[in-house]
Amino acid sequence: MSSLMSLHDLVKDYGEIRALDHVSLEVEEGETLAILGPNGAGKTTLLRIMAGIEEPTSGTVYYKGTKIGRRGLARLRMSCTMVFQRTVVFNTTVYNNIAYGLMIRGLPKNKIARRVDDALNLVKLKGYERRPAKRLSGGEQQRVALARAIVLEPELLLLDEPTANLDPETASIIEEAIRYMNRERGTTIIVATHNVFRMGEVAERAILLMNGRIVEEGLVSDILLRSSLAGFAVLDNVFVGWAEPTSSGTSTIDIGEGVKVEASSERRGRVTAVIPPVDIIVSKEPLESSARNVLKGRIIEVSEVGSTVKLKVEAGRVFTVQITKASLKEMNLNVGSDVYLTFKASSIRLL
Amino acid sequence: MVSDLLEGLRRAVELIISGDLSVLDATLRSLYVSGMATLLAALLGLPLGMIMGSREFPGKSWLRGLFNALLGIPTVGLGLILYLILSRSGPLGALGLLYTPSAIIIGQALLVLPILVSFTANAVEGVERGIKDLSKTLGASEMQASLTVFKEALPGVFLAVIAGFNRALAELGVALMLGGNIAGLTRVLTTTIALETTRGNTELGIALTLILLSIVFVLNSAANLIKERLWS
Repeated sequence: MSSLMSLHDLVKDYGEIRALDHVSLEVEEGETLAILGPNGAGKTTLLRIMAGIEEPTSGTVYYKGTKIGRRGLARLRMSCTMVFQRTVVFNTTVYNNIAYGLMIRGLPKNKIARRVDDALNLVKLKGYERRPAKRLSGGEQQRVALARAIVLEPELLLLDEPTANLDPETASIIEEAIRYMNRERGTTIIVATHNVFRMGEVAERAILLMNGRIVEEGLVSDILLRSSLAGFAVLDNVFVGWAEPTSSGTSTIDIGEGVKVEASSERRGRVTAVIPPVDIIVSKEPLESSARNVLKGRIIEVSEVGSTVKLKVEAGRVFTVQITKASLKEMNLNVGSDVYLTFKASSIRLL
Repeated sequence: MVSDLLEGLRRAVELIISGDLSVLDATLRSLYVSGMATLLAALLGLPLGMIMGSREFPGKSWLRGLFNALLGIPTVGLGLILYLILSRSGPLGALGLLYTPSAIIIGQALLVLPILVSFTANAVEGVERGIKDLSKTLGASEMQASLTVFKEALPGVFLAVIAGFNRALAELGVALMLGGNIAGLTRVLTTTIALETTRGNTELGIALTLILLSIVFVLNSAANLIKERLWS
């Protein structure tokens, strides 16, 4: 593998605020890199500089060995593209949205049609060509945005929180498309996310960004383990605990404060357990189900995130749960409500 | 009074159906003069509005405020100012424009310019902020990205042009002060309505008002239809 992009000592200041603080990074051709970190860590700024739409205050960007200044910018933007966290669509049809970049590149019409068709297939939006993009749902718009980027067959694809606030189904369509681009087309992919484990499955290597600095760099799983103290308070439902195997081939993990959870794999010793917020079921009464984990707790925080709602539930340890706005309303949940959290042993990922 | 109105309406319809020449003349001139005025104002106003909506420069908010204030300028006041400038002893008197259609065109263009500038600036500001960056990440140059922003703002710009044309077509002050209501030369719908009504020729006034209303109605319905077809 050779270096595709290399960042040397990047600093970005917005007035008094330092968004990036001496960041240096090598991106290898064909790799999938995750940029992890909490909101406000500088992930988006870093991506925008890599995409060539933001200039660093100081520092240098090299693309395939060439220094990117004012001059190299056009070439950089032709070879690399970015999908934004907040989806923006042109006020026209889905087809025209996706064809935009190809039209800029002056491709012949029939070629554009073929490539748009492929891209639509990849994001499972076939048949949506003539629909006005603005009328689509948030998840569909995000898929249009991804198709609009991958149709260009970029060398480098930058994704800013591509699955944040999306329903699990849309999220998995998007992840699948990203994986396909990386494996089949050799696209180099950089994903910024605060949700470590969704992308943990896609990316091999990761950096952890905190306050504009790279504080960890390495394999995703290593980073999770190494920085359990430094950074992970900011990630959802990451617990470090002690695992004990059970007689039935699972393990019980003591995650502190007297809370024990059951995970489906057999482990012993110190582990990092991660529970996806969407995998936890919230109910007002205990559920009768096959799920191995039921915890009683109280809602301490409700925050809206796009079309979904994040609940923080104090159940010994604080758990984050993601549900839809509709269910919040139906169950009439509020701060202070007593709830039960139910999740399967197989929902717990051990690192 | 009511019977007067009904009688007026009956005569008015007759006048329109019979294709009365003075009615046709005033109608066509109104469309021509106000159309040219809007075109002239658009040539200047759209780029200006585009810049005001998308760039930051010193004095911008002051300029925006000025154009917003000018939206409500009284037509007869503007007419008077331009009359003084264009009259024989005025600074531009030598051009001999007063009491010609060109004078009305210039006057109406100035009248509707603030509409075009302010509405266009608003439309451009209303375009999602990410559009320009998005275009660039898809490979657009600075110029292409700006053009894309303008395209996104088109529904609003279209509305600005229609609103400008409406105001030009319906105004009286400028056309009266600068045109002088000379039959066959500078008579437009509004000036004829005013004149004929004061001369007791109410039917003609009503006929022309009906025509004016129909034009405005048809035009705006068509504009609405086009807008929906193209942008929703």
